[in-house]
Amino acid sequence: MCGTCGCGSETNGPVISKPGEQSHNHSHEHTHDGVHFHSHEHSEHTHTHDHDHTHQHKVLEIEQDILQNNAVMAARNRGYFDAKNIFALNLVSSPGSGKTSILEKTLADLSSTIPFYVIEGDQQTLNDANRIDALKIPVIQINTGKGCHLESDMVYDAVKKLELKNNSVLMIENVGNLVCPSMFDLGESKRVVIISVTEGEDKPIKYPDMFHTSDICIINKVDLLPYINVNVKKLKDYALQVNPNLQFFEVSATTGEGMEKWYSWLQTNIK
Amino acid sequence: MHELSIAMGIVKIAEDETAKVEEKTIVKIELEIGELAGVEIDALNFVWNSAVKDSVLENAEKEITIIKGIAICADCNTEFYLENIYDSCPKCNSNFKGIIQGKELRVKSLEVI
Repeated sequence: MCGTCGCGSETNGPVISKPGEQSHNHSHEHTHDGVHFHSHEHSEHTHTHDHDHTHQHKVLEIEQDILQNNAVMAARNRGYFDAKNIFALNLVSSPGSGKTSILEKTLADLSSTIPFYVIEGDQQTLNDANRIDALKIPVIQINTGKGCHLESDMVYDAVKKLELKNNSVLMIENVGNLVCPSMFDLGESKRVVIISVTEGEDKPIKYPDMFHTSDICIINKVDLLPYINVNVKKLKDYALQVNPNLQFFEVSATTGEGMEKWYSWLQTNIK
Repeated sequence: MHELSIAMGIVKIAEDETAKVEEKTIVKIELEIGELAGVEIDALNFVWNSAVKDSVLENAEKEITIIKGIAICADCNTEFYLENIYDSCPKCNSNFKGIIQGKELRVKSLEVI
C-alpha cells in the first residue's frame, strides 16, 4: 500500500503534469519495492514453546524520526532554493479560502517585475494549473490521488520539471486541507496560511497545528465582512494565541483591497 | 488522513534498519509519539494493518509510548504541561513559549529475531 496515495497500485499514485502536456503517471520513490519476506511461515509455534532462545532476540535501538525521509528531502529542496536564490512559499488553507484567487491576483499584478513559478497541489484535475497557465506563468500540477497533502519528494520532482531560473519566486499551492499539510515540510522559505473571513473566527484554535507552523497569515474575503457576523480582531487574537509570531495581511483577492501590503512584503523578502 | 504516511514512514525505517543487520522479522516495535505531534493514535491503529502488510512489521507487536506536552514560558520561565499547542502560561498568561517535549514522532527500538 502506498503511503502517499493510499492505493495498492502504481496507476493511482501522484501524477505530476504540465498544462497542455499529455499527463503520465509518475512513480516517485516509493518504499514498496516488492521485497517480500516470508519468514513468518513458522511463527505460529516459534513463540509459544518455552525453549531458551533468548539469544536470538535482539533489540535495535533506532531513535529515528518517523518523518525523517520527508525532512531530508525538504532539506535538499531548501538547499537547491538557497543556491539559486529562489524564494519559495508554501500556501496552505482549507479548500475554498481563496488560495488560487490570491495567487492569480498576485501573479497578474507582479509578474511583469518578478519571475514566478507555480506548483499546484490537488487531489484531482488540472483546473488550477490551467488557471495559472492562462496567465502565462510556468506551472506544474501535482495530483495526489487519494493523498491529502504534498510531500517534499513530490515537490522535488515537480521542481526538476519546472526548470526554475535563478532569483525567482516559487509559489507552492498545497492541497486544500487545514490538517495534514502542517506536518510536511516542503523546503519552503516561508509558510503562508490563508483563512477566509467566512470560515469563522475560531478556525485557528480548531486547527491549531497549521497556524502554529506558519509564518504568515492572510485573511481573505474581507470585502464580505459587512454581510457576516465575524470579528477579525477576535480571529487574529485566536491565531496569535496559537502562534504569537504570525504576521497578518487582510485582503480581498476579488476587489484587490489590502493586496498592496502583501505585495510589498513579498518584494522586501526577495533578496 | 496523514497517519497512513506516518505508518509508511515507520515501515520504511523498519525495512531499512533490518536490512542493515540482515534480519527479516520484527517481533516488537516501540514508538514514541508526543501528544502535540498531530497524530491520532486511533487513526494510526486503523491504518496499521494495511500499512505493514507484506513488510517486516507484518507480525510485530506495536507498543506506543505517549509523551506529554511540556513548554517553558518565554516571559516568566515557568515550565508547564500543555494539553493543546495553544495553551498559554498558567502563571503569566503569555502565549510566547518554547515547546520542550511532546512533538516527538519516533521509532525508538525494534526487537528482531
